[in-house]
Amino acid sequence: MSASAGAAREKGTMVRVQLRDIVLARSGDKGNNCDISVFAPDERVYEYLVKVLTPDVVKAHFGHWVQGPVERFEVPNVLALKFVCHEALGGGASSSLRLDNLGKCFGPGLLRLEIDFPADLLPGGDDE
Amino acid sequence: MKQVKIGAGQGFYGDIIEPALDLAENTDVQYLAFDTLAELTLAILQKDRQKDPSLGYTKDITRTARTLLPYVHEKGIKLITNAGGLNPEGARREVMRVAKELGITGIKVGVATGDDLFHRLDELERAGVDLSDTDTGRPLEEVRDRLLFASAYLGARPIVEALEQGADVVITGRTTDTAQFLAPAVFELGWRWDDWDKLAQGLVLGHLMECSGQVTGGNFSGDWWNIEDLDRIGYPLAEVSEDGSFVITKAPGTGGRVSVDTVREQLLYEIHDPRRYITPDAIVDLTTVRLEDDGPDRVKVSGAKGSPAPPTLKAIMGYSNGFMGMGMVGFSWPNALSKAKRAADIVRKQADRMGIQYEEFSADFLGVNALHGPAAPILDEDFINEVFLRVTIRTKDRAEAEKIGRLLPPLVLNGPPGVAMMPFAARPRELIGLWSFLVPRELIESQVRVSVEEVR
Repeated sequence: MSASAGAAREKGTMVRVQLRDIVLARSGDKGNNCDISVFAPDERVYEYLVKVLTPDVVKAHFGHWVQGPVERFEVPNVLALKFVCHEALGGGASSSLRLDNLGKCFGPGLLRLEIDFPADLLPGGDDE
Repeated sequence: MKQVKIGAGQGFYGDIIEPALDLAENTDVQYLAFDTLAELTLAILQKDRQKDPSLGYTKDITRTARTLLPYVHEKGIKLITNAGGLNPEGARREVMRVAKELGITGIKVGVATGDDLFHRLDELERAGVDLSDTDTGRPLEEVRDRLLFASAYLGARPIVEALEQGADVVITGRTTDTAQFLAPAVFELGWRWDDWDKLAQGLVLGHLMECSGQVTGGNFSGDWWNIEDLDRIGYPLAEVSEDGSFVITKAPGTGGRVSVDTVREQLLYEIHDPRRYITPDAIVDLTTVRLEDDGPDRVKVSGAKGSPAPPTLKAIMGYSNGFMGMGMVGFSWPNALSKAKRAADIVRKQADRMGIQYEEFSADFLGVNALHGPAAPILDEDFINEVFLRVTIRTKDRAEAEKIGRLLPPLVLNGPPGVAMMPFAARPRELIGLWSFLVPRELIESQVRVSVEEVR
């Protein structure tokens, strides 16, 4: 790997990443609410996500598709954050005009989100 | 330590049967449990029952019985299912009919009823139950004349009772997804109904298994491309120990994967507050669960904490909530998205000029933002090869909904260039609104009846 990429992995350096490169995510529905679980690969990443992946960030990411508030629950035993997005499915599975009426694409949708991320927490080490 | 082996046979009405057959044939599974009811399924079953009063159960129970009753008979495997839907007695008649057709006698089929509240709403109201929707606070009067079904969620007790009466097959209506799996653990391992931590473990077991392939590599957001043989995915098999801990695995030779990652994705699936997963059997704290790698395709699950079951049961109702009309048309490069947007504009103007009575009009652009909405970035149009426009409207009645689909075919001649029509009739779909309320559990449980009949 190049010298600059090596420098980027030093402590304190931030890089711009998409969540898809960092976490797992699965989503589903309950009435008109969509819930999204995000899973970190290790404790350090989890602790960082607790700081930056706030309900406001998630709500803003989905714009007018999430009409109600977003709640967040911390689940440290499986290194997860759970987001419950209220009034997010256009009326709920059986009443919605949406193609994704079951909310199963919200998880992948959240993986698009870009965040600033500490380079030394990136997966894969320095073997690229 | 005593153990029981419980497998998942089905995750929804319409699921495949081969994984259950794999478990029955190639493992020493003792119980196969089937969760067939999503929130919406009862609405489908209600329509069946309106057409034919002998229906109202999930019709795939015929195939389930035909495929698996030989294993019930020969290997002593027991089947547990909520396929009874709105008519568990009807489902029992069908299972017993299939048994006779197969020449199988001597097996016992149990049924639990008492979850159907459709004809008890007045009585419940008189007893002081608030039937307003718990989510929105809306009073029942708004939808009362449009109700399609009303059912309470029962827990594992009636299923255990049927097992105690010797049932080989247990059929219920709206018992919880988790109850199908908790019940055999309680019955076999002798757990007490106030041993909250063990019940919590059994509920975690049920929650992990109720969506069949979703814990064995299906719908996995990690390296799904490395998961082998999803065409012959194995459904989960649990080895449950007396102390409540269990291992999730799957039948040998099947596809899919069981790993800490596939299990933790399912652990929180469709859960609201992970500290308070509320079921009729106990309230579970999922934040105490431990997942450990236990070898290839094996994950050990332990540590769930439970607290006392709630004093109320949740009831769910569905009501007719209008209709959805839909039409779809595709546009090719160049400028596929612009063409589709222009077509949406044309359709909307024509719908308004015709006076189509819609409450909501929606245009989705498939291939662009239909699945992610505002979260999808706007792409340079030159890189988009094709876009399908999907127009939907919400209407009060079916005839209005039907009109929108007819506005799309003329676009082939009258709209932007480069059109592909899909040859399908956009039949309007009835929309079902969901409604829930809480009922003191004694009002429900005093009416639960369990009966067992033998096939002779």
